[in-house]
Formats: sequence, C-alpha cells, structure tokens
Amino acid sequence: MAIAFSRREFLKVSTALGGGLALEFWFPANGAAGVGVATEVNAWIVIHPDDRVVIRIARSEMGQGTYTALAQLVAEELDCDWAKVSAEFASPNEHVRRKRIWGSMSTGGSMGVRSSQDYVRKAGASARAMLVAAAAAQWKVPEADCMAASGIITHQPTGRKLRYGDVAGAAAGLAPPKEVSLRDPADWKIAGKPLHRLDIPDKVLGRPVFGVDVALPGMLHASIAQCPVFGGKVASVDARAALAMRGVKKLVREEDFVAVVADNWWRANEALKKVKVEWDEVGNGQADNRSITAMLREGLADVKLPQARKLGDVQAGFAAAAKVVEAQYQAPYLSHATPEPQTCTAWLRPDGFLEVWTSTQNGEASLAAAAETAGLPLERVEVHKMMLGGGFGRRGATQDFVRQGVSIAKAMPGVPVKMMWSREEDIQHDFYRPASMVRMKAGIDALGRVLAMHTTIACPSITRVLMPTAAVKDGIDTSAVRFFSDMPYAVANQQVDYAMRNGHVPVGNWRAPGQQNAFYRECFIDELAEAAGKDPVEFRLAMLKEGDKNRLVLEAVAKAAGWGTSLPAGLHRGVAVVDGFGSYAAMVAEVSVSAAGEPKVHRIVVAIDSGYVVNPDTCRAQAESNVVFGLGSILYQEINVKDGRVVESNFHDFPLPRIAEMPVVETVLVPTGGFWGGHGEPGILPLTPAVCNAIYAATGKRVRSLPLKHHDLRGAKASG
Amino acid sequence: MFKLTVNGRTHSVDVEPGMPLLWVLRGPLDLPGTKYGCGIAVCGSCTVLVDGEAVRSCALPVSSAVGKQIITIEGLSAKGRHRIQKAWIEYEVPQCGYCQTGMIMSATALLAKHPKPTDADIDRSMTNLCRCGTYARVKKAIRALAEGSASHVGKKT
Repeated sequence: MAIAFSRREFLKVSTALGGGLALEFWFPANGAAGVGVATEVNAWIVIHPDDRVVIRIARSEMGQGTYTALAQLVAEELDCDWAKVSAEFASPNEHVRRKRIWGSMSTGGSMGVRSSQDYVRKAGASARAMLVAAAAAQWKVPEADCMAASGIITHQPTGRKLRYGDVAGAAAGLAPPKEVSLRDPADWKIAGKPLHRLDIPDKVLGRPVFGVDVALPGMLHASIAQCPVFGGKVASVDARAALAMRGVKKLVREEDFVAVVADNWWRANEALKKVKVEWDEVGNGQADNRSITAMLREGLADVKLPQARKLGDVQAGFAAAAKVVEAQYQAPYLSHATPEPQTCTAWLRPDGFLEVWTSTQNGEASLAAAAETAGLPLERVEVHKMMLGGGFGRRGATQDFVRQGVSIAKAMPGVPVKMMWSREEDIQHDFYRPASMVRMKAGIDALGRVLAMHTTIACPSITRVLMPTAAVKDGIDTSAVRFFSDMPYAVANQQVDYAMRNGHVPVGNWRAPGQQNAFYRECFIDELAEAAGKDPVEFRLAMLKEGDKNRLVLEAVAKAAGWGTSLPAGLHRGVAVVDGFGSYAAMVAEVSVSAAGEPKVHRIVVAIDSGYVVNPDTCRAQAESNVVFGLGSILYQEINVKDGRVVESNFHDFPLPRIAEMPVVETVLVPTGGFWGGHGEPGILPLTPAVCNAIYAATGKRVRSLPLKHHDLRGAKASG
Repeated sequence: MFKLTVNGRTHSVDVEPGMPLLWVLRGPLDLPGTKYGCGIAVCGSCTVLVDGEAVRSCALPVSSAVGKQIITIEGLSAKGRHRIQKAWIEYEVPQCGYCQTGMIMSATALLAKHPKPTDADIDRSMTNLCRCGTYARVKKAIRALAEGSASHVGKKT
C-alpha cells in the first residue's frame, strides 16, 4: 500500500490545511506500491524509496523509552541502517479494523518490551526475509545467495547490491515467510546498545508532542470540576456569572462533572471557579483518615480471611520457635501527579466521525472508551496517541479523561475541544496508590532461622475498583498481596491472609502496584535479621536458594556498594532485595540523619537482572527515575482524606523532590539472559525498605509507617 | 491591548491584564513549548526568560510582561538548536520531557549568570520539578556545558 507521509506528518498537514476533512484513513493493499512513495512491508514497517524506515510502535511512550527500545528490536532483525529509522504510533482505529494486528497497546506493568519482544522481532525478521526474496526475484537468483545487512541486500556471488528502498514495493507483495529465526542477543548490533532515544530531540526543542499541545482550527478549551467528594454527583448548577465572562462559550453539565468551554484554557478555568455547583455527596462526605484507618484495622482483625499463600503450618512453626517477632506497618494513599495533567481533545466531526487526541497508556482502551461515550462503533472513532507527560499507571486502565473529553465534544458537535484538568483537579481526582496496613509475625529458631511467617494484609483492591465487573479470584487481588504471596525466601511455614477493604477512595496502578508490600516485607526481614543477630545481607542470602536470581543481584549490589566496609562518619547503609515485573532488583542505600532529625539519602546502588537489556542507557535512566519517584513518597508525600475529599491540592502540599535532594545513583546491570524482565518499575521496589533500613542503622528507630516527615528521627548515631 | 516582545518579535494581544503570560504564549501566540504544570509558580514547567531572568510564566500577569524581552524555548536560538538543547540531547536528559523546556530555560539563565556554576549554584537555581527524576542528567549536562566538555559547546548554529 502506498502512503504519502507518516501519521505525524499527516496530522500536521491536515491541520495546516484547515481541518480534518483532509484526514482520511488508508488501508494496506498488498503490492500496490507506486514509484516514489513509501511502502508498508508489514504492519510494523514502512520503507521509503530513499531507505528511510518508519517503525510502528503499539505501546505508549511516557519517558520510559519503550518507543525507542521496540524500534531497536525491530531494526535489529530487519537489519536496516539505524540512522534512517524513525518511529510512529500505530493507529488504534486501524488496529481494530485490522483485527488487532499490533497485539497489545497497553503500556503498564513494565511490559512494553518484554511482552511484545517476540512478535516485534519476528516482524523485523519477516520483513527482512521478504526484502531478500524480492531482491532475489529481481535478480532471478536463489535467495540463499543473497544477504541483507544495514539496509542493503547483496548477491554474494556477483557482489550486486540493492537497497531496501529499491525492493520494498515488490517485497510488500510477497507472502511473509511461515517461520523466521531470531538472532542470538549475543550477536545484536542495534538492540542492546545505548542508542539515543528517538523522541528526545522534539522534546528539547519544545515541539508540540504532548496531549496538551494539540492545536486544531477553531478549537476551544475546557476545564472541568468533579465532586470533591469521591463518587458525588452534580445536584444543581448556577453558571450565570461564569457564562458572562469573556471568552466563555458553554457550560457542560454531566452526571458527575461540570465543565466550562472557552476560547482559552485560563479563561475556562477562571470561569469554572465562578460556577456554583451543589453536589450530592452520596453519603461519602464523612470519610476521613480516621475512618480509613479504622477500616484497615478491622480488616487485620478479621479472623475469616482468604489466604493468598499457605505453606506448611505457621502455628506449628511458631510453637517450635525460640523467638517470635511481630510488627505492624502502614502506608498512605499517594497521587501519581503526572507532570502533564489529564487531558483529552475530542472532535465530533460534521460527518459523524469522532477524533480524539490524548496522552494514554492504552490507545485501544481510549478508543473503546471514546466509542462507548459517543455511542459510535469503534470503526467510526480514531485516537491519536500523543506523547505522555508522565504516566506511572495513571493513564491506562482508567480512561476517565477520555470519557469526559468526549462528553464535552458531544455537547459541542463539530467543534474540537481540548479539555485539560487543573493541577488541583488532578491531585484531588486520582486513582491513588492504595493506603494499606500489614501485620507480620515470624518465628525464629535458636540458630536464627525463620521457621514460620504469617502476614495479614488489609488493602483496597485495585482490580475491584478499576474493573468492577471482573471477578477477583477467591477474594484475592494479586497486586494487594504480591511480594508476600510470592516471597522467594525459603520459609517452610508461610501464610498470607488478605482483607479486601475498599472504602470510597478510588485506587489504581501507581508505579509498581503492590510496592508498599516490598517496603513492609524487606523492613520486617531486617527486623528478623536483627532478632537473629545476623547481618542483613547474610541473613537474606541464607534464605535464598542456589540459582535464585535474587541471590545474584543481592551479591552484586553488596559488592558494588562495599557492603560491610566502613563509611564516612554520619553515613549508614540499608539493603533490600525484591523481584517483580519480570526482573530482580537489589539496592543499598546510604543515608544520614542530621542532629535536627532530617534524613538525607546520599547514594543509591542498585543491581538489576532483567534477563536481556535492549537499551542500557534507558535502563539506567529508569533506575534513576525510580529512585526520585520513590524518594518523595518516603520523605514527605501523602494523600490525606477529610470530609470525604482529598486535603492536598497542588505541589505545595504534595511536594516532589528537587535537584538538591537527588542522591547519586549507581546502576549495576547484570543481565543473565534467558528471560525478559522490565525496567520501568522493578527499581522502585527495594528503594523504600533500603532507605528505611538505613534510617534504622542511623537512628535505631524502626520506620513502620510513611512518610518520614511524621517521625522524630533525632538522636542519630555518629557512624555506622 | 498589550504589546509583547517574544523571541524577538513584537505581538499585540487583546487579553485581560491578569491573564498569566503562560496562557498568552500557549493561546494567541501559539507557542506550546512552555508548559502548564501547577499554576502556582512551584513546578517551573512554565519557565521562560524575561529580560534574561528565569521566570515562572504561570504567575506573571501579561500586563507585567510589557516592554520586556521574553524568550521561550522556541526562541532559544535562531535555528532551534541551542548548545544547551544539544547537550540535553547528548546526555539523554529528558524522560517524559514535559518539564524539560522549563528546565532548559532555567539552565540557560543559570549559565548566562554563572558560566561555571558550583553544585550549590545548580541546586539553588534549578528549582524546577521533574517527576521522572532526570536531575542527575540535568546536573551532568550543566557541568559538561560549564566545563566545555559537551561536544556541541561553542558551536554556533
């Protein structure tokens, strides 16, 4: 099929032409390539006559680097010239029409590379085989005599050469090979290398790549207000004052929000402040921190809980123990605080087709939400995936912003409207990292071995909130119990009980869902090591089986961090090891606590085994990212609830760490091969416990709740 | 009607005096590189240069910007590739990139004032918030620019 320009160019052109009527959809028709136009060799690969290669990316890009890493994997197998590679997002509309040809568009769980590496590499290898076959046919020689490398096919006996751009049209008309073999990662030339990310130049030049940057002719802007109390509905609205304000075009009232549409977002937002809304709080206006804590406490006290894990007999283990240690931990709700607030531009075109531009972690889910809200078949909707100004789990499973954007567009037929939330709306209407409470009890024998461990977890279910109709199997939500239900330590008697206590605060996937359990577990393990009189690293190693990759990363990090060696006065170490999201991560944190009780994290050493590494520089960037993202939640971030609503509202009371707080991060990549692990989330898992264990080393005070700002940490020891 | 000088060009805009400069840039002037992040001058995503100073444009009423030289990310260099932007690419600074245009404008102001900033200078001046955690690379890029070790330093474009 012939196409004239890439999707992004298409958008620009159609905008320049003054409207979306120029936006038509194209469909592949094998072998129909003309002269001077680009050819789709297969769904993933478009090749221009001048050898430029455009690789389609189905997953989203939110800074994690998947956009480039997936292109590297395709280009590796295609064996093209990387300097001529660019990428574009696959169209969700085409995806539906072409029977989900691009696999999953979901971007979460550190899955982007690891769950699509197999089929994207095969797409690259298949296209290469088709290009070779096309060249062989043109030369009328056996394919086996032809070799492709760096975008050039060579007939080896004669040395004749053809470029990919020469034969792409013919290749597209061939049947793809039934089977292809993939390269041994040891032989990679493009994958596995720290190549520059494809999306960075546009971002540093300030080009309009984000959802909030969409500009369409005649476009209006909207700001929205939802009920401050979760679950609340609009009871009555008085918008007279707002509607009289300059630039204001319309008030949109829906069941659970109101929006002001104006010719400028600031005007819309100023007018919104003047809209008088009475809300029906649907009985949720009484909930607060106290009621939520009481709900979780009641969960821990429940004696009839489903079990997420049962090995042996914990009671027998406790009976045989020389020492029993028990502790209760908790953590608060947290906001994602994506730098780019939630946004959606929607345009119900005069021809009845709906176009949506949004920053989404799942283009297909956005398409479904848009179509459902508009009452249109999927085929009559397109979602233009924009770069995300941060995601961290906020923009995937929930598509609240798309539903709202499309609802507003429905009220303004024919007019494109860009909705953006204010920061206040964003902090107060998130799907929060669940607040939870955990009680752990362990029995240790006279030799310091853990005989039994019983964990009771009270935590809201993310699955139940995000997918109310989905069955939560046997009352267990995996993300609420993970890191206990799959704990790698060899403890013969284990029991994990789960109390699902949901409350009215919406919860969601916040970077590495379940990560609070890693904090609880790895700090408690340190408590047990102390009770056993053992070194925290040795204590853990003794419970990890030979060959367990948790051992490998723990040993690697201990070595890299100089575990056991002396530190400058005032610095103290803590350690933790956690596997999750396909990878293994171990960390040593070095912290100090001032005389005034102020903690500072100076250095983080992290070792990660993800099996393979597609772009080592991006993986290091993700390790650094996980440290900063987690650091704010350790030091001061929390979401408090009062009168049914969130207390915090912006970055002044939900602060993010600044550059002065950034510790040195040393990342040790130890890929052992044979499996594909993620990088977007594993690095955050050992962070909180490593830091809190170091705080204990510094102060002798166990941190069993977060954030640290509520703890009196004065009285630090001089040296570790 | 307010007369603004943005990236060397004069524009007349008919807006309310209280409209923050950010919304004039992103609105009538069609310069979306400057971002909204918080609206309360905390995060710095909206940072622009006003007479050479790094200023949070979300809290600067347009009426106060009249008669001043305003530079946005789009106007950093005539051909769009300033040495700081090149260093940002070389050191792979951005992740999601949303805060980075503001970060680059802050770095521009810092390096203009302190061509060889100390770590304390960097910590004091670079108060922009980055949720992705690019701080280590921001520091690395600024240090490289200060030391002249970024490969693009000094090359005019």
